[in-house]
Amino acid sequence: MNQITLKKQLSTDVFLMKVRAPLIAEERKAGQFIMLQVDDDFGERIPLTIADASEKDGTITLIFQVVGKTTSDLAALSEGEAIPSVVGPLGKPTHIEKFGTVVCVGGGIGVAPLHPIAQALKKAGNHVITIIGARTKNLLILEDEMRAIADEFIVCTDDGSYGRKALVTVPLKEVCEKNPKPAMAIAIGPPVMMKFCAETTRPYKVFTQVSLNTIMVDGTGMCGGCRVNVGDKVKFVCVDGPEFDGHLVDFDNMISRLSSYKDIETKKHRCKLEGCK
Amino acid sequence: MNHKTETELHNQAVKDLAEVLPKIAQYKAKDRLKIPAQDMPCQDPVVRRSNLNEVALGYTLEQARLEAMRCIQCKNKPCIAGCPVEIDIPRFVQHVAEGDIQKAIDAIKEFSLLPAICGRVCPQETQCQLTCTTGKSLKDIDKAVAIGRLERFVADWERTQGTIKAPLVKTETGRKVAVVGSGPAGLVVAADVRREGHKVVLFEAFHKTGGVMRYGIPEFRLPNEIVDQEIDTLKKMGVEIKTNFVVGRTRKLTDLLDKDGFDAVFVGTGAGLPMFMGIEGENLIGVFSANEYLTRANLMRAFDRDNADTPMYYSKYVAVLGGGNVAMDAARMAKRLGAKEVYVVYRRTEVEMPARKEEVAHAKEEGIHFYFLQNAKRILGDDKGRVRAMECLRYELGEPDSSGRRRPVVIEGSEFTLDVDTVIVAIGNGSNPLIGQTTPNLNVNKWGNIIVDKETQKTNINRIYAGGDIVLGAATVILAMGEGRRAAAAINKLLAGAG
Ligand SMILES: Cc1cc2nc3c(=O)[nH]c(=O)nc-3n(C[C@H](O)[C@H](O)[C@H](O)COP(=O)(O)OP(=O)(O)OC[C@H]3O[C@@H](n4cnc5c(N)ncnc54)[C@H](O)[C@@H]3O)c2cc1C
Ligand SMILES: Cc1cc2nc3c(=O)[nH]c(=O)nc-3n(C[C@H](O)[C@H](O)[C@H](O)COP(=O)(O)OP(=O)(O)OC[C@H]3O[C@@H](n4cnc5c(N)ncnc54)[C@H](O)[C@@H]3O)c2cc1C
Ligand code: SF4
Ligand code: SF4
Ligand code: FES
Repeated sequence: MNQITLKKQLSTDVFLMKVRAPLIAEERKAGQFIMLQVDDDFGERIPLTIADASEKDGTITLIFQVVGKTTSDLAALSEGEAIPSVVGPLGKPTHIEKFGTVVCVGGGIGVAPLHPIAQALKKAGNHVITIIGARTKNLLILEDEMRAIADEFIVCTDDGSYGRKALVTVPLKEVCEKNPKPAMAIAIGPPVMMKFCAETTRPYKVFTQVSLNTIMVDGTGMCGGCRVNVGDKVKFVCVDGPEFDGHLVDFDNMISRLSSYKDIETKKHRCKLEGCK
Repeated sequence: MNHKTETELHNQAVKDLAEVLPKIAQYKAKDRLKIPAQDMPCQDPVVRRSNLNEVALGYTLEQARLEAMRCIQCKNKPCIAGCPVEIDIPRFVQHVAEGDIQKAIDAIKEFSLLPAICGRVCPQETQCQLTCTTGKSLKDIDKAVAIGRLERFVADWERTQGTIKAPLVKTETGRKVAVVGSGPAGLVVAADVRREGHKVVLFEAFHKTGGVMRYGIPEFRLPNEIVDQEIDTLKKMGVEIKTNFVVGRTRKLTDLLDKDGFDAVFVGTGAGLPMFMGIEGENLIGVFSANEYLTRANLMRAFDRDNADTPMYYSKYVAVLGGGNVAMDAARMAKRLGAKEVYVVYRRTEVEMPARKEEVAHAKEEGIHFYFLQNAKRILGDDKGRVRAMECLRYELGEPDSSGRRRPVVIEGSEFTLDVDTVIVAIGNGSNPLIGQTTPNLNVNKWGNIIVDKETQKTNINRIYAGGDIVLGAATVILAMGEGRRAAAAINKLLAGAG
């Protein structure tokens, strides 16, 4: 179980892995994630979206960016090795139906979780407009895959090294100004990006779904560590989400909570890289 | 503090036993009442504040025998009625008094499968020891026969002898039962069903088994080694264990029956879903549910800061909201993680606190402060969104409420602030929502607890049984175990009938 059957480096820090997990491959739906652990005794449980799955091969695809201890330990595993713990699929699946025109916005690593959703939306008969962006050209991932399923496709980089030189919110605004405006938007990426996407669509009253990446411990609704304010309610991202109405999410609180362990984790990460104790 | 060491207590017991033993045959009840009640040897509070080792060290044989001799072997045995699984207490205690520990453990095991655990964590003072005649005669419940400690002694004796035998398993029947959740309820069902020769697969969402006994109750109260022992016994009996398997998600509950060929399923998924107060500032950095705090420290081993990847918040001044075992565990864990001061803030008084008495006493010895008749009004943060203080209100006790406890009433205008950097919320848990959410036809009540038949623990869906905290709401280990036994009996009957 959990053998890595394929490992590919997509960009400087981003890896793709196919992992044998037949039950998860069978049950998973777009929008769901797994929790994994690279060491069963002292490892941390981290959530990663199921970017794709093959029921036939019994594998799931994970795409992750190395940002800290667990993601670098994961990146250090090779094909044939097994990930000690993989549990899922967790979270509520994305609600998929024919809405009409849907604009899908992906930023950075967020393109990975967006891909299966865009795929499912396309399959359900929607007109899919895709906007993907990254800081710079070599951080762009899944461009070909996203282009292949999009009816309209826009790629941009912050520094203009590829595609349009713009933040994703710029083309998003243009799409919202079209007549008719899109039936809905889906934005997945760094929290700040999702926040500004939601701000961009708000005046146009385009429903905007975001997928939140809070800190998680169990991923099954037991700890409350993943809680966020949505409207006037407190929601647990792992069981009530991960997708929510972006216009209702309190992003500032969520972003602040993500920094809970920043001091500790930066120190650990640096120590690992530099080999100090 | 007048802390008595293990050696001092033991030496005293050796002396006392030598005096009592030759005359015990002639002892009348009133003589037995004069035998000194045995204190539990404990780690020195000053030392244990910074380690995770078990606080209570356990009786020595001499202490156990003396304590057992305090039992007057009542004819009406009121203690038994106080035990949810009705252990034949006078019988096992008599064996201890006689020094025949093997017979004592055999007697306990007729009724309870987890004595090393229950002996440690049962709220004895509200169960078996509440009605004990010895305690009553001495007009002090703390002077009741220490049934729990004796139970623990007997179970530990068996463990250290290395004589634990896995229960006999009958010939394979070819039938198959799924047990969901590896807390006390699930463990007991697995053992009882397996004994009848049915194949058992135990599914657990986490990477480690034991439920709350692993992720909630800390090592210093219930060492993992003891939980591991129970799991080992199950493995020896041939129970198959599948960790990292979330029933409802990895596989639908009903699919276990319809697609995977299980003949029956037991759901023991426990409580989950921590409750929060719904006050301002509750999402600041530094506010945790006790579940999160304890899971990080216990299951994810973040107590071991040097080795664990899971980070643990650095706290200096900690407020814990609540008055149950969970609050005590969180407070004492915070202390062990290096907090300078820990305040338990509870809206009622010490009398109403649901925590085990012994844990409250231990917490006090460890220097935890108790603020009674107070409660949080809001939590205040700094410019980085981190907790800086908690505003509290004072309360007084008013009329009794539906639970019979006097209701705390807020004193208007009594606001004051407590400077803290961490707030741990331990005011209770709702039911685990996953099974309910993913099994549309399962009957649950408005709190999400599964509704079952009281005799058989059967749910409204055929062949699906449930028990423990998912049925009772947050309860106790022994109640979960009792429900497990009932469910197992019903499942065994079902499978025998369908034979
Ligand atoms: C539902 C969900 C799905 C996710 N899917 C993906 C995915 O498909 N691919 C992917 O690369 N990442 C994904 N993430 C984020 C991923 O879980 C984190 O990057 C990971 O936990 C970091 O672990 P680490 O030990 O390597 O880094 P740490 O050492 O734990 O952290 C390094 C830095 O990252 C920050 N960080 C910690 N946890 C998170 C988090 N959950 N989200 C964002 N930043 C965090 C920390 O503040 C710290 O600054 C997802 C998160 C969620 C909640
Ligand atoms: C901190 C703390 C201290 C406590 N102290 C005491 C005490 O001193 N004395 C006492 O008697 N009681 C105490 N309790 C209460 C006691 O631990 C519980 O009543 C008891 O553990 C309930 O047992 P259970 O078998 O119903 O469930 P749990 O012990 O909660 O176990 C349920 C298990 O099911 C797993 N699970 C959940 N959902 C799924 C799923 N969908 N698929 C697979 N697995 C799943 C969980 O991961 C968990 O391992 C305490 C509780 C806590 C939290
Ligand atoms: S199981 Fe609990 S209630 Fe029963 S005798 Fe033992 S300690 Fe007392
Ligand atoms: S009630 Fe107390 S004294 Fe009486 S039999 Fe039970 S343990 Fe012994
Ligand atoms: S991660 Fe623990 S409740 Fe969501």
